[in-house]
Amino acid sequence: MIAMEHVCKSYRIAKRNAGFGEACKSFFHRKYEVIQALDDVSFTIDDGEMVGYIGPNGAGKSSTIKILSGILTPDSGNVFVDGRIPYKNRIRHVREIGVVFGQRSQLWWDVPVIDSFELLKDIYSIPQFSYEQSLEELTELLNLGELLRSPARQLSLGQRMRCEIAASLLHRPRILFLDEPTIGLDAVSKLAVRDFILRQNRTHKTTVILTTHDMQDIEALASRILLIGKGKILMDGTLDDIKMGGDSIDETVAELYRSLDI
Amino acid sequence: MRKGDGMKKYFSFFRLRFAMGLQYRVAALAGIATQFAWGFMQIMVFHAFYQTDASAFPMTFSAAVSYVWLQQAFLALTAVWMMENEIFDSIVDGNIAYELCRPVNIYNMWYSRSTANRLSRAVLRCFPVLLVAALTPAPYGMNPPAGPGYFVLFVITLLLGLAVTVSINMLIYMLAFFTISPQGLRIFFMSIMEFFSGAIIPLPFFPDKVRQIMELLPFAAMQNVALRLYSGSLSGDEMRRAVILQVFWLVVVTAAGKLLCRMAEKRITVQGG
Amino acid sequence: MKKMYKSVRLYMHYVSMNVRCVMQYKTSFLLTVVGQFLISFTTFLGIFFMFQRFPSVEGFTYSQVLLCFSVMLLEFSLAEMFARGFDAFSGMVRKGEFDRVLVRPRNEILQVLGSKFELTRIGKMTQAIVMFVYGILKSEVAWDFSKVLTILFMLVGGTAVFTGLFIIYAALCFFTLDGLEFMNIFTDGAREYGKYPIGIYGRRMLLFTTFIIPYALVQYYPLLYVLGRRTEKIFIFLPLLACWFLLPALGLWKFGVRHYKSSGS
Repeated sequence: MIAMEHVCKSYRIAKRNAGFGEACKSFFHRKYEVIQALDDVSFTIDDGEMVGYIGPNGAGKSSTIKILSGILTPDSGNVFVDGRIPYKNRIRHVREIGVVFGQRSQLWWDVPVIDSFELLKDIYSIPQFSYEQSLEELTELLNLGELLRSPARQLSLGQRMRCEIAASLLHRPRILFLDEPTIGLDAVSKLAVRDFILRQNRTHKTTVILTTHDMQDIEALASRILLIGKGKILMDGTLDDIKMGGDSIDETVAELYRSLDI
Repeated sequence: MRKGDGMKKYFSFFRLRFAMGLQYRVAALAGIATQFAWGFMQIMVFHAFYQTDASAFPMTFSAAVSYVWLQQAFLALTAVWMMENEIFDSIVDGNIAYELCRPVNIYNMWYSRSTANRLSRAVLRCFPVLLVAALTPAPYGMNPPAGPGYFVLFVITLLLGLAVTVSINMLIYMLAFFTISPQGLRIFFMSIMEFFSGAIIPLPFFPDKVRQIMELLPFAAMQNVALRLYSGSLSGDEMRRAVILQVFWLVVVTAAGKLLCRMAEKRITVQGG
Repeated sequence: MKKMYKSVRLYMHYVSMNVRCVMQYKTSFLLTVVGQFLISFTTFLGIFFMFQRFPSVEGFTYSQVLLCFSVMLLEFSLAEMFARGFDAFSGMVRKGEFDRVLVRPRNEILQVLGSKFELTRIGKMTQAIVMFVYGILKSEVAWDFSKVLTILFMLVGGTAVFTGLFIIYAALCFFTLDGLEFMNIFTDGAREYGKYPIGIYGRRMLLFTTFIIPYALVQYYPLLYVLGRRTEKIFIFLPLLACWFLLPALGLWKFGVRHYKSSGS
């Protein structure tokens, strides 16, 4: 079970206005701005749930994912994942989670994908038997087959994303974080990825937390939606809760963002 | 392209680069600190050799000290390693094709961009180094120029040196079009130029026969002339010859670069990138 | 013990991955090796021509200076080869790849070390070894077991000092990516000016490199012992003492990781 209780997180960033004069001025004196990325965020997620985490850019989605995966320490509040505090027991915690950053690759660019998998086997100390089993299953479900023998740089985006997801699941994590997993994918790959995630959740009871801007992802996958804006959880419900009219899902969400002024 | 137009473009480009340079204030401070440390260590090396055998020292110690401080202060103008990675990258990944589509002369554009980069960096960094070098007590501090005439000549030959340096850089970018490994080319030329330009040890320290040959090469037209002229270790006929060689190499290297540029453009349009 | 074994095995796995990647681009690899050789070769030429003019510097002859330079260069290239992950750490922070390190159940240092293994530095090493052999043959050292041991300790200690500096650089990357080029003073600067025995730079520099950044412990003092200018046995072990430098470096690294985890930048 995942629980966040009154979590706050803020950043300090340097700022400067455009222009030549401003550049000179900031050379001597720099102004800072405090950004409240998370402002008293609380929610719980049960085992085996599949949650869509949505909100406009900069709303605090990735801060939440980073805190839950142990990368970031919150300023205040409590975070528990299966009884662990992610940022305190990092190594023990990350054994049980899988993370896919949609915009970044974890595969080694110039060697066959299978070589990256073999390295992950050593990193996670996966026993040979269970590694082979996972690999076989993932290869079949994600249709990796021949892809495993090619270097990552030669794969298309969709092919690579399938490999990335497999790489994050080799050690059979109980929780899977997906940060924009379908970004930039073509229609066929999107469907394949969604189908796989759904199946992974059903057969292995893997808890899935997914951030995305693609509302079709949400429609296809998430039984529960968390909406975050300006660092606050604004809505916790199902797709039906936000569907007010008969408009398309994209329009509905855009309307929602506008009405909430985020 | 009209002449005034080109100048305006160049000026706005310079402003842009300059503003970018200012943004990295910590980087500028760090650069200055680095140059100090480097200059100081270099002077200590000279000092040790001077102590060992002053008669074998080919210039006065104070001339060597001025040479080092000026070298550090104006490093950005003639340093050979300051080549533009963006240009290399665009040649390697083929983005160069886009640049060739624009209605500007690619050689002139890159030339002004490199010059702007070097000038803005030098402007930011030279004054602090010069100031402290001048305030440092003898024998480790910098001396005033050998005379007012020498100072004027120093500025002229330094700018000539900058022009030659950028021209040589341009030639290397152009050669990169015709090689399989631009990075290999870059490292090769960098080491050669470091050595022959007098960046590792000043040319007067080489044995006479070697030095006479080195002084004829285009690399001696980069930093060597201005730095030696300032403290008067280059004068008379030798100095006149050095300045003439600077102009000569500037013309030859620029012409060669432009020729290669035209060949490269042709090659790209024929092969389609 | 078992944990140690597993870590070493994982590190070897990382190394083999790196080598396989490099071998995908053989031409580029070879040219970089040649380039690495050339860069330090011109430094050598600088020394060569200075000694055409001067018989010695502060009592050190040409071959003795070469011995000094070669050991320093070997230490530097060993550190660059193994600890390149720290030396190139700014890229890792900028691209957000350190997040990936943090979501893996292994020690961060092991992962960063494994992320890069710079085989191209064998170019520099080749040059260092050639000069080293020449220096040994010509500098008329009366070799015995203790002197061989001293050289070995110099290599270990020197590599540790440079690695420590790379780690400090990487730790600073957690706070700012601006202006870290000043660290070059201590890394490239030490390689460049460490070609001459540190004693020639004066007493103050010697104090600094004895107590702050312990280059003198891995270069000057043991060199005096090897050349027979000093005979106290303590000089053999001074290079090992320099390994303590890794402690503050690792402390700063830990502090940096904690800062990263709280600022997430």
